[in-house]
Amino acid sequence: MLESAEFQADSVHAGAEVAVEAPPAFKKKGIGVVSWIAIGWLGLITSLAILAPYLPIKDPQFADFARPSAGFFTPGHLLGTDDAGSDVLSRAIWGARSSLAIAIGAVLVGVVVGGFLGLYAGFRGKKTDTVLSSLFNILLAFPQLVLALTLVSVLAPAAASGGSESAGHDFYSKRLFTVIIAVGIVSIPILARITRANTLAWSQREFVMAARAQGAKDRRVMFRDVLPNVLPAILSIALLGVAIVIVLEGALAIFGLSIPLPYASWGNMINSQISQLDAAPQVWLVPSILIVFTVLSLNYLGDVVRSHFDVRESAI
Amino acid sequence: MRTVARRVLQLVVVVLVVTFFTSILTSLLPGDPVTTIAPFSSVQTRADIREQLHLNENVVQRYGIWLKNFVTGDMGREYAGTDIKGASISQRIKDTLPHSLLLMLYVQILTLLVAVPLGIYTAYRAGHLADHASNAIGFFLVSIPVYVAATIMILLFSVNSYGIHLPSEGWVALSTDPAQHFSHLVMPVVAIAIGQIAVYGRLLRSDMVATLQEDYILMAKSKGMTNGRILWRHALRPSSLTLITVAGLNVGTLVSGALIVEVIFHLNGIGYAIYDAINRRQYIALQDYVAVVAIVYVLVNFGVDILYRVLDPRIRNA
Repeated sequence: MLESAEFQADSVHAGAEVAVEAPPAFKKKGIGVVSWIAIGWLGLITSLAILAPYLPIKDPQFADFARPSAGFFTPGHLLGTDDAGSDVLSRAIWGARSSLAIAIGAVLVGVVVGGFLGLYAGFRGKKTDTVLSSLFNILLAFPQLVLALTLVSVLAPAAASGGSESAGHDFYSKRLFTVIIAVGIVSIPILARITRANTLAWSQREFVMAARAQGAKDRRVMFRDVLPNVLPAILSIALLGVAIVIVLEGALAIFGLSIPLPYASWGNMINSQISQLDAAPQVWLVPSILIVFTVLSLNYLGDVVRSHFDVRESAI
Repeated sequence: MRTVARRVLQLVVVVLVVTFFTSILTSLLPGDPVTTIAPFSSVQTRADIREQLHLNENVVQRYGIWLKNFVTGDMGREYAGTDIKGASISQRIKDTLPHSLLLMLYVQILTLLVAVPLGIYTAYRAGHLADHASNAIGFFLVSIPVYVAATIMILLFSVNSYGIHLPSEGWVALSTDPAQHFSHLVMPVVAIAIGQIAVYGRLLRSDMVATLQEDYILMAKSKGMTNGRILWRHALRPSSLTLITVAGLNVGTLVSGALIVEVIFHLNGIGYAIYDAINRRQYIALQDYVAVVAIVYVLVNFGVDILYRVLDPRIRNA
């Protein structure tokens, strides 16, 4: 085994590291190269998703019957085609549009509704807090996926039938909206709890008391004094939340409850091939890789925000 | 003791509220629930379904009836068509739930077997290459969704059989054939465990690093104890509290993971039952399966909480 002296040196080193991990309150830190790579990746994916209709890519539903299940670098199809002959690259980009719309939309619902409820519960305390907190706890008593599955399947009963009756862009928008609302409801209690915990901590501070002593109204104290301080915590959780929802969308697709074919989302691209993984691996590998890198970037940035603003883990 | 009694009371309340939520699920269906469940049924069947769902009663009465049926284990049958007797819901829960629980148990065992030594080692080597490398790899592994890990493994080991061939479908009972049982479960378990190992290992590491600063560790060292003994006997237990907390927070991820791999690997668990119920519009059955999963989830969380109290004498009576 290793020498005891080395062990001691290690723990001293570890001690130094622990000291570094708790940064002095006013030290400005850079965010590092990796963060910029992560931001760059997210920027790229987001702009592709937004610009999808204007990009010189093929129609994601156009079926090139001459070249179904073509591999990478087929002429005209950089990332190949799926079994219907649709271009994988353009489906991946349009898929990003659906997946990101769901992720960002759901987290926005969570941040706005959950954030407000959490702020209100933490600020008012007493009965308001008790009632709202128990409401959050009930929603948290379901595993996220189960709650999301149940809500989507109940709010959109046509889910299972897919195909034939799913024609029309109207259906796509409706389903997108349903998924956003369902997943948004799932994310509300999580964001509310974190906001509440942070609000409780900040409400005890002297400047809040000072504001009150000067006769500031509740609403002013809540939004002007408490909210700005709680925002970093909400932001770091929201970044993680977007990552979680991107993954969750894939899980919903596995259950057949995300965006229905022929429309594309990252999740349903993976699910469409799940029973024949070797037929056209590019169809599910491309969105899988996109999901992993996007989630990785978001997780990393969430971590950076958290350590930058020293968001307490215990508050989570 | 009184705290435990209070926790049990809380548990009962939570279970009641949660099941109440699931039982009014059908009333959330837009339009007439009966039309959604059986769109082309006869008038008589519609009346039957209406009767079975107790749609003529109010929400509270409906919940009372549902609760009585649920507790007595008679949850009715799936709707299979006019004059056809569908599968018994209670029987299906009895058949599938043990599979899901066993799956989650295997995941937890594998996770701890890998994550605990990993956490201890990286804490011991904190700041060194091995620590940084495992941190980076862990970050990457956490970002791989269960279904991506599962599909890639199937492509590697079932479709192409690089090195070894693993079956990608179905459940074989332990009593029937232990070897087949485990070979069928290797990929599903690993797919879920990958992310969990990374989370557990990282958290154990940060707690261990803090524990290793304590005076009594210095004391143990000065008495000439071996590193192995210090790490495993003296530092692990106080550091394992975080592990229990994470285990509690992670139950949701574990349950979700189990549901997903059950669908992908066609393991006949409760997750597959949910998948099946959704795709065959068995909303009567769905509400029971969801209730079961929610109850299991609440119970496991409760168990974790009790375990936490047993392990940490400081909060035992708090």
